[in-house]
Amino acid sequence: MSDITRDDVAHLARLARLAVTDDELDTFSRQIDAIVDTVSAVGDIPDDVPPTAQVVPQTNVLRPDATEPSLPREAALAGAPAAEEGRFRVPRILGEEL
Amino acid sequence: MTAVSMPGVESAPYTVEEVCEQFDPVMGLEVHVELNTTTKMFCGCANAFGAEPNTNVCPVCLGLPGALPRVNGAAVASAITIGLALNCQVRERSGFARKNYFYPDMPKNFQISQYEDPIVFDGYLDVPLDDGTTWRVEIERAHMEEDTGKSLHVGGATGRIHGADYSLLDYNRSGVPLIEIVTRPIVGAGVRAPEVARAYVTALRDVLRGLGVSDVRMDQGSMRCDANVSLMPKGTSAFGTRTETKNVNSLRSVERAVRYEMGRHAGVLLSGGTIRQETRHFDEQSGTTSPGRPKETFADYRFFPEPDLPPLEPSADWVETLRARLPERPWERRARIQTEWGLSDEELRDLVNADALDLVADTVDAGAPPEAARSWWVSYLAQQANTAGVALPALAITPAQVARVVALVAEGTLTNKLARQVVDGVLAGEGEPDEVVAGRGLAVVSDESALTAAVDEALAAQPAVAEKIRAGKTKAAGAIVGAVMKATRGQADAARVQELVLERCR
Amino acid sequence: MNELLTLDAAELARRLHAREVSSVEVTRAHLERIEAVDGNGDGDGGPDGVHAFLHVDAEGALAAAEAADRAIADGGPASALAGVPIALKDNLTTIDMPTTCASRILEGWRPPYDATVVARLRAAGLVPLGKTNLDEFAMGSSTENSAFGPSRNPWDLSRIPGGSGGGSSAAVAAGEAPLALGSDTGGSIRQPGAVTGTVGVKPTYGTVSRFGLVAFSSSLDQIGPCARSVLDAALLHEVIGGHDPRDQTSVDAPLPPVVEAALAGARGDLAGVRVGVVSQFAGEGYQPGVSAAFTDAVRVLGELGADVVEVSCPSFSYALPAYYLIAPSEASSNLARFDAMRYGLRVGDDGTRSTDDVMSLTREVGFGAEVKRRIMIGTYALSAGSYDALYGKAQRARTLIVRDFTAAFETCDVLVSPTTPTTAFPIGERADDPLAIYLADLCTIPSNLAGNAALSVPCGTSADDGLPVGLQVMAPALADDRAYRVAAAYETARGESTGPRIPELRALEGSR
Ligand SMILES: [Mg+2]
Ligand SMILES: [Zn+2]
Repeated sequence: MSDITRDDVAHLARLARLAVTDDELDTFSRQIDAIVDTVSAVGDIPDDVPPTAQVVPQTNVLRPDATEPSLPREAALAGAPAAEEGRFRVPRILGEEL
Repeated sequence: MTAVSMPGVESAPYTVEEVCEQFDPVMGLEVHVELNTTTKMFCGCANAFGAEPNTNVCPVCLGLPGALPRVNGAAVASAITIGLALNCQVRERSGFARKNYFYPDMPKNFQISQYEDPIVFDGYLDVPLDDGTTWRVEIERAHMEEDTGKSLHVGGATGRIHGADYSLLDYNRSGVPLIEIVTRPIVGAGVRAPEVARAYVTALRDVLRGLGVSDVRMDQGSMRCDANVSLMPKGTSAFGTRTETKNVNSLRSVERAVRYEMGRHAGVLLSGGTIRQETRHFDEQSGTTSPGRPKETFADYRFFPEPDLPPLEPSADWVETLRARLPERPWERRARIQTEWGLSDEELRDLVNADALDLVADTVDAGAPPEAARSWWVSYLAQQANTAGVALPALAITPAQVARVVALVAEGTLTNKLARQVVDGVLAGEGEPDEVVAGRGLAVVSDESALTAAVDEALAAQPAVAEKIRAGKTKAAGAIVGAVMKATRGQADAARVQELVLERCR
Repeated sequence: MNELLTLDAAELARRLHAREVSSVEVTRAHLERIEAVDGNGDGDGGPDGVHAFLHVDAEGALAAAEAADRAIADGGPASALAGVPIALKDNLTTIDMPTTCASRILEGWRPPYDATVVARLRAAGLVPLGKTNLDEFAMGSSTENSAFGPSRNPWDLSRIPGGSGGGSSAAVAAGEAPLALGSDTGGSIRQPGAVTGTVGVKPTYGTVSRFGLVAFSSSLDQIGPCARSVLDAALLHEVIGGHDPRDQTSVDAPLPPVVEAALAGARGDLAGVRVGVVSQFAGEGYQPGVSAAFTDAVRVLGELGADVVEVSCPSFSYALPAYYLIAPSEASSNLARFDAMRYGLRVGDDGTRSTDDVMSLTREVGFGAEVKRRIMIGTYALSAGSYDALYGKAQRARTLIVRDFTAAFETCDVLVSPTTPTTAFPIGERADDPLAIYLADLCTIPSNLAGNAALSVPCGTSADDGLPVGLQVMAPALADDRAYRVAAAYETARGESTGPRIPELRALEGSR
């Protein structure tokens, strides 16, 4: 049924921002292939069965448009790997890939 | 890489007229509008422009582990209102979805948006063009989503993203409610395509401003337009490959970007090249576009239903309540006002250009006659705004206050000259018009006995003049009137003084 | 062993309220117990103990205990469980303790806020002792996937304590805490409860706020109690449950009367209660000792007056595949936020690398193998080419499972099954076979997919290995009280007091 190759795993890893190693490409392709084979059992289900995304009984749960306290800036930045001038410092950003 | 797709070396070799001899342009416009709600889309942080970095943030809009989004009801109401104003259907059951992609300004690395079931869909906007005709732009959908944070690029030569050493992130804007309004392909505009694009965005801006749901400031990013352009050879009907131009930050740029891309596409196509589907950036300086970073892989956003938020099923009652509150469309309102106030086209245009239409209308609503209201705003107040270097709406006086000044003049408490001093007082922060009148002692002296006494005094001081008047030389009364006005520091009604002088000399 | 360590929370609470004992004494006894038996086997010379805890906050616990004692002395707001210590699964945010989800990527992270359930515990005067171990980001059924080393089953330290909430259940079983909180996405409260001989409850989805629970699979995750008795679980359930506007999936309805139900169950019989035995949860793959203990439990329910019938839920065969599509899909999105930008680990930021590269390196180093595997499966299941065939079909499977439950609850008040097909397996036994481990959640997963209530109550030990077996009781959504009533009746009838019975740990204690 499924046939997850090393290339597929490499592609998935890129999408998911995981710098997987060469060894992992082998292990993961084997394991993911086996798992996908198993879970593909849901493929028997006819499409006239409607999907269920969540089991929440309510609808229209809305919040009033009233301000609530924000975090103090020190608390917001406290966990940051790097911060500067009240902002989160991050490595150089490649141009938008949108 | 072929020469035609190299960044920075392209020019637009064809004019729109030339392009349209051989091609029909197709446009699609995507407009993102930030709502001006008090709080963000999914948390209670203030939705405010220009705050100190990272001061309007919380676990939700920072995407901290464990935080959950909570939908802002006012944003949903605004979304429905916008849809109704654009003649859209409201979906009976809609919901949020996650759009997954990694980007540092997006704290969760997914954007909560809507996907298959936007809250409103299938509408249109009849857009007025310069020649007085109307162009119907069909709206495919408008959906709710959240804005990203903002990054500041440090180092490198330009302070731009390319060549920067690192970036600094401010998440105050993260989670600000956005409505994305997407048109259906706009076909058949031909040479007018750039004009139609600008007119559509202008009309949309005016409608949204009229609804009061957004600041719609393109310069501040509260309204942003992406323009998709493609060409198809004349006589064919299959759309060509399109490009999506971003960073179009003014109404004029919308028109220029479309014009440029039409010419560029034609240049590429006519030289035997092919258009690459890509995102391009508009440069305000040069009026040209340049390609963004090529996509590494086909964008796969892996949309799926947002599990943290229950579905929306706006009740018919709610929708009808919102529909009942819809204001007139701005251009319809302008037409009505022009008739009601008896304005010439030029007078109306001046009002609109001076950003004074709403101010005058509000002044009229506060009880002032249209002519007086208009005259205050376009002359004296416009001068004051000009002197102060601020926009007319930013002047420290309200339409209600102007209406009160007009009323004080009408009832004779103020002369026009005094009224200007009252306005000066209001602008200087001295309080309401009546407070300024009292504070500066500006009311016309209308106490008859006081005036009579002042007249008698002046006559006594100038017996020779008084004699002339009694002898019938009424022109001599001017000297006495002047003396009285001087004595009352100009706060008397000169006409009444004249009458009194003549009466006393009879 | 200090008697305070073997008491049920309800009994502890009674003594605390009667001021026969102080919360400080009780808390100190538990802290000493943790010190004695919780060694993590990290080679520092300490004993290889249960390793239920990733973080113990002795100072904070004693301060909270003192406050509880004062409140009780003042006759103040002292709630039923005021002064009772509790352990918290380390995927719940706590403002005064780190929250790591047993992952390197969050090592040392201190949240700036408390989860709603934690805030409610504090308000009720419970005493948080520390944070318990789990499979990294709650992905697993053995706690072996913790980045900080596995927890061990107090019944046999060479075996797994279940997972993902192995730390919470092991702490309760080992007498390190009378109560704990867990989170259950596919069985992570119930399955550890079963294999450690403790009670574990997954409340109806939406009845306990998820605000502050680090999300694994948002449409399945539910916080719930771990305890030594059904009544204890109900008492804790009442503290943490109920509507919370900070979670818009939270149901705005009164909590089912779980404490009343537990009390009624313990007193009364089960006359007229219709109990359905799900025929799909038997046969191949079920350990004989587990099946025997389960059959005996069903016999007891019959003796209590319940009408026992067999019911068939054929679509439950789709539950495991559907779960292993839905949970990884949601997880791939939920875990995208761990990107080295705003908090947590950052690896490889040498001034030349881009954000993309630093994100990828950090996530590669910061996540364990199971987490990476599930992120990739989820990424795959949601991608344009496979969405319809995988994620979309899994959602349809969910519909069928909901329908099976609905039909079964038309004829039954509750459904029962073994909680898990086998007793605790040896640590490492299934380490290289993710699919084998997934089978541990076979019986628990359907209730996560459908959102109904389900709990596990100890039903003796398996004759083949002497290890604990759990009886799962499932009830319709918002009828959690039914499960409590049946479980409490069964627990009373069985007569065996639970409480820590951990022979090997006595040796550890002695070695101290
Ligand atoms: Mg968008
Ligand atoms: Zn916020």
